[in-house]
Amino acid sequence: MMKKAYLILEDGFELEGYSFGYEGESLGEIVFNTSMSGYQEILTDPSYSGQIVTMTYPMIGNYGVNEEDVESAGVQVAGLIVKEYCKHHSNYRSNKSLGDYLIENKIPAIEGVDSRKITTHIRDKGALRGGIFFSKENAIEKLKKFPLMAGLDLASRVSIKEKYDYSEAGEGPIIAAIDFGIKTNILRLLQESGFKVKVFPCNATIEEIGEVSGYFLSNGPGDPDAVKCGISLAKDIIKTGKPCFGICLGHQILSLALGGSTYKLKFGHRGGNQPVKNIKNGRVEITSQNHGFAVDFDSLKDNADIKITHINLNDNTVEGIEHCNLPIFSVQYHPESNPGPNDSRYLFDEFFSKVSGKK
Amino acid sequence: MPKRNDIHKILIIGSGPIVIGQACEFDYSGSQACKALKEEGYQVVLVNSNPATIMTDPEMADSTYIEPITPEFVKRIIEIEKPDSLLPTVGGQTALNTAMDLYHMGVLEKNGVKLIGANVEAIEKAEDRNLFKQAMIKIGADVPKSMIASNLEEAMSVLEEIKLPLIIRSAFTLGGSGGNIVYNREDYVDMVLNGIDESPISQVIVEESVLGWKEFELEVMRDTADNVVIVCSIENLDPMGVHTGDSITVAPQQTLTDREYQNLRDLSLKIIREIGVDTGGSNIQFAVNPEDGRVIVIEMNPRVSRSSALASKATGFPIAKIAAKLAVGYTLDEIRNDITRETPASFEPSIDYVVLKIPRFNFEKFPGADNRLGPQMKAVGEAMAIGRTFKESLQKAMRSLETDRYGLGSDGNQKIESKLRQLSADKLADTLEYYLVNPLADRIFYVKLALEHGWSPERIHEMCKIDPWFLYQMQELVESENEFKKHVKQNGITVDSISHMKELGFSDRQLAYLADCEALVTLFDSGAENQKAYAEKMNFAENQIREFRFANNIIPGYRLVDTCAGEFEAYTPYYYSAYDYDDESRKSGKKSVMILGGGPNRIGQGIEFDYCCCHASYALEEEGYESIMVNSNPETVSTDYDTSDKLYFEPLTLEDILHIYKKEQPEGVIVQFGGQTPLKLANHLLENGVNVLGTSPDSIDRAEDRERFSAVVRKLDLKQPENGIAFTKEDAFAIADRIGYPVLVRPSYVLGGRAMAIIYDKESLADYIENAVDLSPEHPVLVDDFLEEAIEVDVDALCDGDDVYVAAIMRHVELAGVHSGDSACVIPPVGIAPEMVELIEKQTSALAIELGVLGLINIQFAVKGSDLYVLEVNPRASRTVPFVSKAKGIPVAKIALKLMVGRKLKDFNLSERKELDYVCVKEAVLPFKKFPGVDTILTPEMKSTGEVMGIAATFNEAYYKASLAAGDHFPLEGTVFVSLNRASRDDIIDDIRKISAAGYSIAATSGTARYLKESGIECISVSKVDEGRPDILDLVKNGDIDVIFNTPAGVRSKQDSNSIRQVAVRYKIPIVTTVPAIKAAVDGMMHMKSDDTVNVKPIQQYHS
Repeated sequence: MMKKAYLILEDGFELEGYSFGYEGESLGEIVFNTSMSGYQEILTDPSYSGQIVTMTYPMIGNYGVNEEDVESAGVQVAGLIVKEYCKHHSNYRSNKSLGDYLIENKIPAIEGVDSRKITTHIRDKGALRGGIFFSKENAIEKLKKFPLMAGLDLASRVSIKEKYDYSEAGEGPIIAAIDFGIKTNILRLLQESGFKVKVFPCNATIEEIGEVSGYFLSNGPGDPDAVKCGISLAKDIIKTGKPCFGICLGHQILSLALGGSTYKLKFGHRGGNQPVKNIKNGRVEITSQNHGFAVDFDSLKDNADIKITHINLNDNTVEGIEHCNLPIFSVQYHPESNPGPNDSRYLFDEFFSKVSGKK
Repeated sequence: MPKRNDIHKILIIGSGPIVIGQACEFDYSGSQACKALKEEGYQVVLVNSNPATIMTDPEMADSTYIEPITPEFVKRIIEIEKPDSLLPTVGGQTALNTAMDLYHMGVLEKNGVKLIGANVEAIEKAEDRNLFKQAMIKIGADVPKSMIASNLEEAMSVLEEIKLPLIIRSAFTLGGSGGNIVYNREDYVDMVLNGIDESPISQVIVEESVLGWKEFELEVMRDTADNVVIVCSIENLDPMGVHTGDSITVAPQQTLTDREYQNLRDLSLKIIREIGVDTGGSNIQFAVNPEDGRVIVIEMNPRVSRSSALASKATGFPIAKIAAKLAVGYTLDEIRNDITRETPASFEPSIDYVVLKIPRFNFEKFPGADNRLGPQMKAVGEAMAIGRTFKESLQKAMRSLETDRYGLGSDGNQKIESKLRQLSADKLADTLEYYLVNPLADRIFYVKLALEHGWSPERIHEMCKIDPWFLYQMQELVESENEFKKHVKQNGITVDSISHMKELGFSDRQLAYLADCEALVTLFDSGAENQKAYAEKMNFAENQIREFRFANNIIPGYRLVDTCAGEFEAYTPYYYSAYDYDDESRKSGKKSVMILGGGPNRIGQGIEFDYCCCHASYALEEEGYESIMVNSNPETVSTDYDTSDKLYFEPLTLEDILHIYKKEQPEGVIVQFGGQTPLKLANHLLENGVNVLGTSPDSIDRAEDRERFSAVVRKLDLKQPENGIAFTKEDAFAIADRIGYPVLVRPSYVLGGRAMAIIYDKESLADYIENAVDLSPEHPVLVDDFLEEAIEVDVDALCDGDDVYVAAIMRHVELAGVHSGDSACVIPPVGIAPEMVELIEKQTSALAIELGVLGLINIQFAVKGSDLYVLEVNPRASRTVPFVSKAKGIPVAKIALKLMVGRKLKDFNLSERKELDYVCVKEAVLPFKKFPGVDTILTPEMKSTGEVMGIAATFNEAYYKASLAAGDHFPLEGTVFVSLNRASRDDIIDDIRKISAAGYSIAATSGTARYLKESGIECISVSKVDEGRPDILDLVKNGDIDVIFNTPAGVRSKQDSNSIRQVAVRYKIPIVTTVPAIKAAVDGMMHMKSDDTVNVKPIQQYHS
């Protein structure tokens, strides 16, 4: 018999379910993701650091977990909430069940709760602090003491501490990828585009990075405005006049360095079905997204150097920008997907063209 | 991009009659397209031969042609209407093929008609298997090894490349017609010949077998700006080898990782772009090897399909409506999502529930049909269920099927279970294995039973190849059942245990059974005499569970289908139930009425009832009520979230309906319009305090109960064929002796004439009772005098309790003895004397008033000489209501609904009825082609799947049109085979003379030939079946016969006629069997020969 567990939110919202992961208390920001597949990639995405993820798709664990579909070295979420956990999985690539994987990685998880109720609650109330508890005692007090996401520099926590070379062989131009919590698939795609990729911690300085042909600012967790080291590095990168590409947190940091501002969305965009319009060619891309903050449209609209290149068709938020005079651009969404659609892979090629000067 | 201004008038081709593989999903898609295009200000011209559709309602298009969907007729419509564009993608394969024919005939170019939605190149690339294969290879997609053969010789050389077992399909067919799995050389030869014959381009495709692989479908949409979205992924529970229309399917896909799913998505985008479908929806099917993930592209439909209707209902994304808007130039981001209002249609729906589609079969109607499922579709309908989890959805789907099952087994239905209990352990294992290996209609129950017997999912997987994930899910259900049984033994039923089981989707009936299964099984197995006690005990126990639940507030909440998994607020009240105990349904405070739909299509219960339910909903809106639709059939217009104010996508069982009733508290419930499904619940609803609107359940019972009805007939001094009720075999013999053979026999309380037969002697009667029905005191058999040579008449009438309006009298073309659903019929009743018409009207009024009908009544009469007999009275919407409405231009169903909520007939100005100056013929469409070897003779048991209507100035022309629309192809020259009984000879001789003079050759059996020669008509004599070879069958098979006129002479020549019919069906040769039909066919053939312009006219003109 599985152990009872409770999902409790700071506003008193409470659901009872069963634990199917590690049996330990966990607190974080409660968010929901609407992807119907890809739970392993989501669990291992460092951008979810500090967050407890509710999967809106009700059956999770169907295909187990495997060795390949990981986006970082370990499980990054603070916890997982599902309607029904599938104890039995089936897929030719799987090597263990999701439950065992979570227990190994010491991640609490709760099933048997009404995930839709949580989702609509967050939709109406906005992102809230919450936790998976095994005793209801003092839960609310603990939550009230838990730090809010706004103002939190989580990127420094998940970033690597020492630089390393992701790819050594090859003839391609060298770029510096700044790790705010970078997903493995970004590194993989940068390499496949033709780059030699050196990865740096988020507190690296422009001098420490040294001579490279371009810069990449990665995705990552937390409030962009709190990542002071990153913003200052981005300003230095802009000054070099060299090509720079940012994704998600990287996009927000770049925007901040260019004089824009960011704000916290009510409940964020997390899923694999977000429509984004590429203003340059009028095409709609179905994108993978995971962000709780966004770049303020008004903060950039008077900046003659900056052009908005992509917007979200659901709520008209900024999804991409580029510099009019410098080879600098960034997107809020995840062109590397994993999980999600691969519609926007062209951005990696564009970055390569900008760096190599080749079309 | 804004909508196109270079087009103004758009022709939409519908899909024609309901046939296996092409059902009312195309009424749903066609209606959506009509509405969407009219909304945009385009003129819409529609052609569809099926009168039972919503799309052929006069207000759906500017000009509606209920005419045969043949290139000749559509050409004429194009010449008259001069549309500037044609949308060929919303009418199934029929529309697509017709559009291609028109293109090849040069009609489109000559008349300046542009194809919109899909272009010719794209259609050819997607439909021609060879071109498709080349395209797939070009984009680097894997396809099964396949080769094309146009003759046997080519086919034999294929065997050197592709090993058995393999798959044979024929090119350009719908529903996988002509597709088969072949295991040996002998079958291979047969299948190749059959497949070449089925294919309009005489080609078969021989394919590498991917039997047992996982099967997936993606619904893709593309717009003119090349934006592409996937609306839905669907996984087939039944692996490759079973046609997707016959498979249980699940949305979204369940067993692929995101990486594997994105690979299918990437491929789909590449495929739709490479094939070049400009705009609109397509369906792409993939097979995935479960061992290594290898993906093979199976096929693509460059049009909306059965799966796209399912995907629309499953996600709330209306594919056909959006496809129509894309076809006129809009892009996805310019179209708003109706449900969320704020967000655009350029997104991919995310769902937070599990959808299951389950096929409905009707093999019991076709004894001798091969009931093994394969690549050729055999299902006649489907049900869909929505649940929060797979388990809940599966249980709901099983009880939506209308097969007397209330979940995945353990529901008290002992049909399979009791048989298995009688087997020894060895025999049981063999039996289970047989049913697991061979995919028959109820394989899923055997999977469940194997699990109950402790078989491991792995062992079961080896036999049926169903993905272990699904098997684990079912195993978990079995485990829960065992825990529940144990729990009840120890603690009785408790709130926790019942709540837990309800979350898993168990019905009250299942819980009632599980709570007491040992005693129930003992009672069931204790003998036939205890069946009644068993049934009563089950019902009682079910009620007890329900009472316990209601007392403890264990009731479901309703969740929204919102396209976005809750991310945005939804405004469309489209609901499903779940035991999450959270409720999102909103009461408006308006007075409301609940309409119970018809459930899955099956023979006898089809689109006609959905038509009536939709009209009930429209009428409620007109009367200021909120309409609440409940149905489980994803193909229909009634389950479009646009049709009613609220839609509950739920099984139509007492339990599920009571929940909605309690929640919504409507003024009443309509059971009259959804056919047998809601009707049989009427009494139970009443017992549970539900207000049933319209004719009271007691009146329904008075009409349906034989004895009570006989009393009504006696009271009104009407005539009824002599009859009796047999509770035992001896009763039956005695009654038959009393009234004299032939007799008409049938089980009581049936729809569609299930197991109805005409019996000519005692021996056959004994055989019938032993083999065809389960005769018992509980299930008596009705024995009626069969009126030979009588003419049957159907009447649809409206009654408000005081006044009666006879909407139409229909004369059957076939003589009495053929089920009314299978018989052609005509409005006005050609050939019935005015005095008789008056008598029919008088008796109809008397019956309607006497029975207290409020709404619709359908009566079947038989006219024999000057006598009028009442055969049957149904105080409800009948199958002919849409036909009558289209023929007369009167919205009969709407008026009926309004009467039920208090209006009077005099409000509708129906009194001054004008004589029709045109004739409408309804003809039935039969599915025999899908069931080779089945007896094709028409009987009192209904077998047709659909109907068509012919409308013209004369009976002959209307009948001829109806025959064409039903699929008969009358040639302009060739040989007519004639075999006539004595009674019909003199009536037809002049017609035979006419066709002979027109240049047709005549062939006849010896007796007929002698008669023709005596009458001066030249003909060749042909041997009957037992008169030596070559006989008539050989001639048909050799292609020497083009049309058959055969009036069978009673019992003796039945066998002969039957084999001729079978061969004719197989070789698609028109066979005409009645005098009026032969006259009409001859007239039509003469007309086509003398003048190749056909007469067409929109119904709006007929009605004005």
